[in-house]
Amino acid sequence: MDTSRRSLFKGLAAAATLSVIPATAAAREKRLAPSDAVGMLYDTTRCIGCRACTVACKEANKLKADVDGYGAGLYDAPEGLNEYTKTVIQLHRDDTTSSFVKKQCMHCIDPACVGACMLSALKKGPFGVVSYDPDKCVGCRYCEVACPFNVPKFQWSNTTPKIVKCELCRDRLAEGKEPACTEVCPRQAVIYGNYADLLNEARGRLAASPNKYIPKIYGEHELGGTQVLYLSHVPFEELGFRFSDTQAVPHTQQTIQHGVYKGFAAPVALYALLGAVMFRNRGAKGERDE
Amino acid sequence: MREQLTIAQQLERSGVSRRHFMTFCGKLMVAAPFGLAITSSLSPAAVAATVGRARRPSVIWLHMQDCTGCTETLLRTSQPDLASLLFDVISLDYHETVMAASGTDAEAALHDAMDQNDGKFILVVEGSIPTKENGAYLKIAGRNGIDMLRDVASRSAAVISMGSCASWGGLPSTTINPTGATGVDSIVKGKPIVNLPGCPPNPYVFFATVLEYASTGKPPKVDALGRPKFAYDRTIHDHCPRRAHFDAGRFAGQFGDSGHRSGWCLYKLGCKGPVTHAPCSTRHFNEVVDAWPIGIGHPCVGCTEKDIAFTIPVHTTVNIERPMPPDTYPAINAEHAGISPLATGVAGIVGGALIGAGLLASRNLSNEPKE
Amino acid sequence: MSERDDAKPAGGPLLTRGYLILLALSALGVVLILWRFIVGLGVATAMNDGYPLGLWITLDVVTGTALACGGYALALLVYIFNRGKYHPLVRPAILTSALGYTMAGLSVAIDLGRPWNMWKIPLFFRDWNLNSALLEVALCIMAYVFVLWVELSPALIAKTRYAERVTPFLDKALLWVIALGMLLPTMHQSSLGALMLLAGPRLHPLWNTPLLPLLFLMTCVAMGYAMVVFEAIFSSRFFRRPSHTAMLYTLQKFAAWGGMVFVVVRFVDLAVRGRLALVGQLDLYGVMFGIETLLWVLPAVLASRTHANDPGRLFRGAMCTAIAGGLYRFDTFLVAFQPGPGWHYFPSVPELFISAGLISIELAAFIALVKWFPILGGIRSET
Repeated sequence: MDTSRRSLFKGLAAAATLSVIPATAAAREKRLAPSDAVGMLYDTTRCIGCRACTVACKEANKLKADVDGYGAGLYDAPEGLNEYTKTVIQLHRDDTTSSFVKKQCMHCIDPACVGACMLSALKKGPFGVVSYDPDKCVGCRYCEVACPFNVPKFQWSNTTPKIVKCELCRDRLAEGKEPACTEVCPRQAVIYGNYADLLNEARGRLAASPNKYIPKIYGEHELGGTQVLYLSHVPFEELGFRFSDTQAVPHTQQTIQHGVYKGFAAPVALYALLGAVMFRNRGAKGERDE
Repeated sequence: MREQLTIAQQLERSGVSRRHFMTFCGKLMVAAPFGLAITSSLSPAAVAATVGRARRPSVIWLHMQDCTGCTETLLRTSQPDLASLLFDVISLDYHETVMAASGTDAEAALHDAMDQNDGKFILVVEGSIPTKENGAYLKIAGRNGIDMLRDVASRSAAVISMGSCASWGGLPSTTINPTGATGVDSIVKGKPIVNLPGCPPNPYVFFATVLEYASTGKPPKVDALGRPKFAYDRTIHDHCPRRAHFDAGRFAGQFGDSGHRSGWCLYKLGCKGPVTHAPCSTRHFNEVVDAWPIGIGHPCVGCTEKDIAFTIPVHTTVNIERPMPPDTYPAINAEHAGISPLATGVAGIVGGALIGAGLLASRNLSNEPKE
Repeated sequence: MSERDDAKPAGGPLLTRGYLILLALSALGVVLILWRFIVGLGVATAMNDGYPLGLWITLDVVTGTALACGGYALALLVYIFNRGKYHPLVRPAILTSALGYTMAGLSVAIDLGRPWNMWKIPLFFRDWNLNSALLEVALCIMAYVFVLWVELSPALIAKTRYAERVTPFLDKALLWVIALGMLLPTMHQSSLGALMLLAGPRLHPLWNTPLLPLLFLMTCVAMGYAMVVFEAIFSSRFFRRPSHTAMLYTLQKFAAWGGMVFVVVRFVDLAVRGRLALVGQLDLYGVMFGIETLLWVLPAVLASRTHANDPGRLFRGAMCTAIAGGLYRFDTFLVAFQPGPGWHYFPSVPELFISAGLISIELAAFIALVKWFPILGGIRSET
């Protein structure tokens, strides 16, 4: 047994060296918004809950009406984003405060859903919009596991289901128009524009009326940054924004996976090691293999 | 002191048809469906009986800096007979526009009316009162408006400020206010004052207020600005017939566009409905349905509100400070479908059975004869 | 000393009463699967946007493939650590693995919403998202299923006329195929663990660790040994063959102590991450963690006493390991996953019966193949 054990250790050392060298990859870099990034800025102090945005979005995206709100057959009453609803207004109300909040895809700068998708059906495209291509989608729903904002919705009621989520009206953007929701909003509570401009606008509003807002632009840093930004007069947690850590969601998984699989060197090295050991073992005992 | 007849007696004396009076009472019920004692009955006949029992109120009507619109609103009825009925329901003892007398006869009429109904008449004021230059901008029969108002008011039972001008100064009081125009309650103290702002206000709101006082001896309940709650406790927006369009995001963009022609919400054209307290959404004018600004396709200008009317430009959109969301907004964390108890039961039974079978099998294995 | 000559079809009638029950369950499963494709996932399952992965992924794919790691775990032992005496256990373990992984692939096809695009996964390499851990899992499992059937092919073609022509070629190639059969599970079982890292802040800290890939790998090896024990005991009793019980005790010991190492690594990791306090909490998470830990510790307790001749205790030890590993996966994928308040999931009755049907198909295929093909070996006297 000594020969094979020695060769085993030799092989292990070789494999370890081989796999460590390429695996000393730099930590995954922080992604930045693309130079032509667009986005939206939503200000809770301006929203009146008229839901014109939900209606305009449904018309522009040819979405069906919700017909079973609250499980009670309530018409046009989505309880949140769902397979027919790409944007929704929710209400937070407690004893002291109340606020509306508009929910839709946040178009993250480093999206978790894009990191999940096997065939890049979800990808970050022109203007930094996170788009969906059903032709590449197998309906695995891993994107739903990944998204920290619970955005992508699956057409559970459909026998040929797709994923449904706001795509910032990218067809309209291509024609030089605005997204439907920002165009229709009567109070300019949600506005569209160049991402850098919106960030400045948000900072300006915070500076001009510091007592009116919680002093944070949600989406500036959270989860790697999002291209949809929020200003609020109530704490963001109460509006359903659960997370405030700045690290992008895919960071940990991809750092590990890339570290292990970088250049595919480690698997190849391991394979070579396994083969080498087996070869040695077979030789040492003179047995035929199964 | 002359004792007034009851309204029923006066109507009989004038030969007013009962149908006309019932129609009038029906309109009172529409004008004040709640909040007043006189309309708390369930039928026009019952209201007619209540109102009929009241003493015909003596009303002295003073004009200050006015346009007479608030008088016109009483007279612009669709059915002329009703206009005349009004003068049977109230005893309009002094009114510069409609009274027959003029000159010294008119002044005499005023003093006679005050003497005969001392402490019992209702003073109605129309128009703002100028206060600059010691009230020199308004003089009637040699007295300025301030003194006249104070004098007549001191002998009245109650005061009604008819219209925005009398309520808070109205149009003349805006911008530079060259005459120092002000409302009645800045001048008159110590008397019950009911403000009926509007430019003009709804005539049936006026009648309901007067008859409530005549019938119960008390003015209707008022809000912090002295406005009767039965008419001014809601905004135009709250009862607007076009509210569904607002809620659905259907707005007219320009006068004459397809949205405007479809009767969509006029908010984007500057409608002040969301911030204007007034009864106009449900009580229209001239006894014609939809005879009111929004009804004919023009945004509300907020004529009852001191901070809005003639201050914020007509076509400037106004901020909505007090959105009234319907209760079917989804919560931040909605409850989604629950767990099927049947499935839990099945899974539990199957899982338990498998574990049980495994343990049984292991026991059998232990008890096997050794190899 | 080749075991090949000793392996024989177990023979015997196939359609026994028990087998018919298996077939009935399988048929029910097939009918329900057809129904699932007609009515859609929303009707057939209780999965929802809060819990997009449900019973089929967690049980049939993630747990099922881990339990099917017997071939992998044994291959490491036999071919890398050169313990040739375990050789007779290899072929049935490969069969279990092949069937397990094939059923896992079938489960994926049933779970996918757009399975008609499934063929694009291995072929549309230009669209591959090399960042996707799920892509790695999918490609690796597809390859491994193929490898397993190739590894099994000598048994399947042994009685055919191809045997003479193909066998020598297979013999030479098999070394590299078996090496692949050890590389691939190492990759995809660890990547299965990495999957839930993408849930990020929505994965409870008791399970959310960068060591997830390592922990899944460790547990799948332990579960593999436990399943070899299961399968060997079951086969010997069911097909009336003497079993290699002595070897099985050692295998279960590996599984048990592997489980203990896993528990220690977890606790150290929790301490390093400053999350030890969560262990003692009396909430759902603390309790599930406690049950998991208990189930991992029990086999070590059972295995530490001398039980040389107590197959019952051996069986119980293997059960604990298998359930512990399954529970660890259920907790990682379903319990520790926190989509937010208001979301609930428990598999629906049809979902449960489809899983049951798939497992029945696997069992039925196992029994049929063992009866018809030279999978099980004869007696080998071992100490």
